[in-house]
Amino acid sequence: MARVVVDVMLKPEILDPQGQAVQRALPRLGYEGISDVRQGKRFELEVEGPVDDDALARIHQLAETFLANTVIEDFTVRVEEREEVTPA
Amino acid sequence: MSLDTVKHASDTPDVEQPWAELGLKRDEYDRIREILGRRPTGAELAMYSVMWSEHCSYKSSKVHLKQFGEKAPASDAMLVGIGENAGVVDVGQGYAVTFKVESHNHPSYIEPYQGAATGIGGIVRDILAMGARPVAVMDPLRFGAADHPDTRRVLPGVVAGIGGYGNCLGLPNIGGEVVFDPCYQGNPLVNALCVGVMRHEDIHLAKASGTGNKVILYGARTGGDGIGGVSVLASETFDETGPAKRPAVQVGDPFQEKLLIECTLEVFKEDLVVGIQDLGGAGLSCATSELASAGSGGMRVELDTVPLRDSTLSPEEILMSESQERMCAIVEPGKVDRFLEICEKWDVIATVIGEVTDGDRLEIYWHGEQIVDVPPRTVAHEGPVYNRPYARPEWQDALQADDANALPRPKDGDELREQVLRLVGSPNQASKAWITDQYDRYVLGNTVLAQPEDSGMIRIDEETGLGVAVATDGNGRYAKLDPYTGAQLALAESYRNVAATGAKPLAVTDCLNFGSPEDPGAMWQFAEACRGLADACRTLGTPVTGGNVSLYNQTGDTAIHPTPVVGVLGVIDDVARRTPMAFAEEGQLVYLLGDTREELGGSAWSQVIHDHLGGMPPKVDLERERLLAEILISASRDGMIDAAHDLSDGGLVQALTESCLKGGKGARLVVPDGLDPFVFLFSESAGRAIVSVPRSEELRFTDMCGARGLPAARIGVVDGDAIEVQGQFSVSLAELREAHEATIPALLA
Repeated sequence: MARVVVDVMLKPEILDPQGQAVQRALPRLGYEGISDVRQGKRFELEVEGPVDDDALARIHQLAETFLANTVIEDFTVRVEEREEVTPA
Repeated sequence: MSLDTVKHASDTPDVEQPWAELGLKRDEYDRIREILGRRPTGAELAMYSVMWSEHCSYKSSKVHLKQFGEKAPASDAMLVGIGENAGVVDVGQGYAVTFKVESHNHPSYIEPYQGAATGIGGIVRDILAMGARPVAVMDPLRFGAADHPDTRRVLPGVVAGIGGYGNCLGLPNIGGEVVFDPCYQGNPLVNALCVGVMRHEDIHLAKASGTGNKVILYGARTGGDGIGGVSVLASETFDETGPAKRPAVQVGDPFQEKLLIECTLEVFKEDLVVGIQDLGGAGLSCATSELASAGSGGMRVELDTVPLRDSTLSPEEILMSESQERMCAIVEPGKVDRFLEICEKWDVIATVIGEVTDGDRLEIYWHGEQIVDVPPRTVAHEGPVYNRPYARPEWQDALQADDANALPRPKDGDELREQVLRLVGSPNQASKAWITDQYDRYVLGNTVLAQPEDSGMIRIDEETGLGVAVATDGNGRYAKLDPYTGAQLALAESYRNVAATGAKPLAVTDCLNFGSPEDPGAMWQFAEACRGLADACRTLGTPVTGGNVSLYNQTGDTAIHPTPVVGVLGVIDDVARRTPMAFAEEGQLVYLLGDTREELGGSAWSQVIHDHLGGMPPKVDLERERLLAEILISASRDGMIDAAHDLSDGGLVQALTESCLKGGKGARLVVPDGLDPFVFLFSESAGRAIVSVPRSEELRFTDMCGARGLPAARIGVVDGDAIEVQGQFSVSLAELREAHEATIPALLA
């Protein structure tokens, strides 16, 4: 099984109140030097069968229509590389 | 790209500019060149294009809206009239109330949650800018067919957005409407109303006066959201492929808005501001030009001092950005420090971005270079005005001739019964509790009445019990049949709803939702509706205090029904004297007030049973409406009635169902002599209400109606656990409740 990761972020021009709340909290907690925080969502999809172009196209479509609200959000799709663990 | 300064514009008169892409017409662009005596800079072009858009300039509607001022009845209650952020009404005891309804239709179709949420945010800031504390909101909503898949996308998002933003702000949502009709498919109407309360001396206006006074921008940072939203979102028709253009919509932050409210009220309290304006559509372009235009002199703004969320924004983008939760204040130099201190206390970013000058120009600089140099009035108040051609559509006669009174009617009691259940269970007539339960109705602890009552009512003084009632109504079906009458019926119903709760109607706000002004038919509907509303306001003595126009509500060539939504505000001396709608006491007598005629054109019955729209809407008799209101108010004040409910869409049977279900009591009715049972139950004649009268008060009540000349027919008694129409049918409350309350959750939950 392969894992495909879909990252969904608010578009850069869109206000991110949650990210701002985190950023405002940082100096209060003693963490300096962070100028901006943007918060997003990460989906991990466990895919049955091979992750070929077809599968990626379907995932792209489901991300576009379901996982992300493309009016205000952007998304990226990537296959997560996992190290092969060979049984001893 | 190099900076397009005023000097650069003067030196390069022949540069091609994207005026058409920004929504300007050739002659409008030429006029800008004429005003400036040169080509506009990019920043100036951006400002003119948003401010001269339909949404901001009212260029198509202005000539018709004038009537609201010209025909306005003299009213002692008006403290601030049309033209400010919102009208202000004197409600007595030193209190003033401001209220206004606005549309956020197109953004709510594209992004339902944020569109509706920022609609609330915008109207709340309008109210705040008048100096008032916002105390309640209401939402008149219209969607496509209840069972259409897109309604399932739009409605839950809109409702969640209203609830999310309003609940976070801690404002009760005390009413509104939800209407379904296929004509709103692709053009849902999301209107938002806000009510605010202040003392007379707290009224603030949007003007920048006093040379040397500072211009302070405070609230959220400016980002790239909603750039061009005003001109692109609000003034262009969607084509049939749906929202192909998806400009960045705005995302609101209700917690920031809450801070803005508290911070603003505190600077008002310490008398730190000379003038104030909220930032809504057209952002800084609008706020700076309107403040300067209404003030005494000019204004100079250093645009590079505006705090940004995104440092790559160009000056044009900063001027056009519609980032939410921002306000602009004019403050005397000696009070700036205190102003900034209060902002800091509330964690609100505040920046001096400019000052009032003794000139007569609005000048904007970017890192020391002048990029805007305009007469502010030409941007804000002297935009183009169009006398658009209008003509009664050809189909209007055929539509009116298609008489609903001729439709097949139920033959006997069994059929009547069956149609009653279908009517009260139809999406438009069904209980909207599933929707309104998602809103907080009681926060702040002053809500006296909320949905599904005739009007929302809030207490504004805890000692004396002084309160205000607000209702919103509009019936696009009536207005489609006859826009003049339809607009009057919307006012009449809203007025009646306020009076039914015992409050005296004082003033009007309106949200006029129509199709494209470039279509002579839609323009005729608009002109007729304005004329009807202005005439009716004069007769009823309730002036229009402000409102909003939303045009271009159409997909392709198909426009929505003309939908004037009318809000009426009334005052009640003591909210303890209010009249609720519930029939709760067995044995009380049910009276029907007013005349019932055979009027089924545009009725709920014709829609639900026959899917029909034709004929003429019910007649309007404004003198009768006024008399009915006076009787309802007197009866409430003197304790002669225990409940009252206005009759409108769905007729008697709808009103009776709601009153009985709310009180948990049934009613036994007798059809009055000379009236057909079907007409009695389903006609939508205006100027009517039902009341429940304690037996001890019957004589006093009927004497009063008789003396004043209001027809009052005793039609039955509150009793049992069924609605029984003698000789016709009986239906149990349980069955009615199932039909009335299951519909909306089944469709949407």
